[in-house]
Amino acid sequence: MRVALLLIPLLLPWAAPAPARRVLDRCPPGAALWTLTVSALLLAAGTVAALGTLALTGLLRIPALAALGELVHPLSTSSARLALPLAALAAGLLALAAFTLIRTVLRQAAGLRSARSEAGRRPPAGDLCVVDSPRPDAYALPGRPHRIVVTTAMLRSLDAREREALFAHERAHNAGGHHYFLAAAEVAAHCHPALRPVRDAVRMAAERAADEAAASAVGDRRLTARAIARAALAAHAADAPRPAVTPAATSGPVPRRVAALLSPAARRARGASWAVALLTTCALLSCATAATGAIAVHQDIEIAQGDTAGT
Amino acid sequence: MSAEKDERRSAGELEAAVMAALWAAGTPLTPAQVQTELASGLARTTVTTILSRLHEKGTLERQRQGRGYAYRPVQDPHGLTALRMHSELDRGSDRETVLARFVAQLNPDDEGVLRRLLRENP
Repeated sequence: MRVALLLIPLLLPWAAPAPARRVLDRCPPGAALWTLTVSALLLAAGTVAALGTLALTGLLRIPALAALGELVHPLSTSSARLALPLAALAAGLLALAAFTLIRTVLRQAAGLRSARSEAGRRPPAGDLCVVDSPRPDAYALPGRPHRIVVTTAMLRSLDAREREALFAHERAHNAGGHHYFLAAAEVAAHCHPALRPVRDAVRMAAERAADEAAASAVGDRRLTARAIARAALAAHAADAPRPAVTPAATSGPVPRRVAALLSPAARRARGASWAVALLTTCALLSCATAATGAIAVHQDIEIAQGDTAGT
Repeated sequence: MSAEKDERRSAGELEAAVMAALWAAGTPLTPAQVQTELASGLARTTVTTILSRLHEKGTLERQRQGRGYAYRPVQDPHGLTALRMHSELDRGSDRETVLARFVAQLNPDDEGVLRRLLRENP
C-alpha cells in the first residue's frame, strides 16, 4: 500500500531523539555535530517528500486537477475515501511548515543584517566588537569578516585569561562555520516537530565543539570551564528580574558543558558507533521509503495517464 | 600562555585582547598597566605598538600621563547604536537559532550546580 509506505517517513522522526541524545553524549563533539545535522536534514527531507507526495495523490483526485495532469483513469494510489482528507492534511502541514520557516528566515536575516551593519560601523579591534551594555552577553557574528560581539559587562565579569577562552570559543564557532549547522537544524525542526530535540542536540554539539576548540587553544580545560561557568552566572544574575524560565527535569546545557570540560579529554565512549548507526539508519530509511513511495505514485500517475504499465 | 605562543597569535587576536582589557578596566591604562592586566607574557613594546595602532585607527583615545600616554576605548558617539543593536538581536529565543551565544539561560537548578562545580574546581 502506497499510503502506508508514505507514512513511514512521517513516523521515523519520532525515533530520532533517543539515538540523537546518545550520539551527543558519546561521540566527540565534531563528529556528533556532523552526524546529528546530516541525519536531521535527511529526516526532514523524507518528511517533506512524503507530505508532498501524499498531497499530490489527493489533489489528482479532484477532477479539474486530474484533467490538468492529463489523467484519463482515476488514480489507483489510495482509496477515494481516505485520499482527500489525507491530502488536505498533508498540504496543510506543508503550508504551515513553509509559513513558519519563511517567517523565521526573514526575522533572522533582518536581525543579522542590522547586527552586521552596526558592527561594521564601529571601529574595529581585530575581530572584536564591543557593545556597551550592562548585560553580560557574547556571541559569534558570522559574515565577511567574521566578528565576535561581546558586551562590556561580559568583559568585566571575566579575567584576562578567561576572556581569551571566551574569544577562542567564539572564533571556533566562526572558523567551524557552525552557523550553517544551526541553520540546517532549524530548517529540519520546522519540517517535523519531533526533530526539535534533534535541533537542540545540534546546538549543544556546536557549543561542545567550540568549548573543546577553546580548551585546546588556551591549553587549559579547567580555565575554559571556569570561564563558561562564571559567564553564565554573571548573565543569570543580570537576568534575575526577568520571568523565570520553566524548570527542567535535567540540568541545562551550561552545567553539562562545564562538567564535560572538567572531566578528562573524552575518548570515544562505548556505544558511540551503535548510536551513530541507529540514527543514520533512521535517516536513510526515511529517505528510502519516501523515495520508493514517490516512485510508486509516479508509476500510478503514468498508468492513470493511459501509458502502459511498467514503462 | 608562553611568549612563544603569543608570537604566533595573529595581530587581530592581540588587538582584541588589548581592547578587551581596556574595556574591562573602565579607566585609562598605560602600556605597562595593559601588559600587567593581560598577564600573557607579551613584550611591552608589542603592547605599545598595538595601542598606538588602535589609536591611529580611531578605536582608542589617549591622554598624556607622565612621560607616556594612557589609553581608553572611544565611547560610542551616538550612544544609542549599541543599545539598538542589542535590542535588534534580543527578540526572545529567535536569536539562538543562528547566533551561537556563549552561554544559554540557566534553569533554576543550574545556578547551584555551577557554583558547586566552581567551588570544587578552583
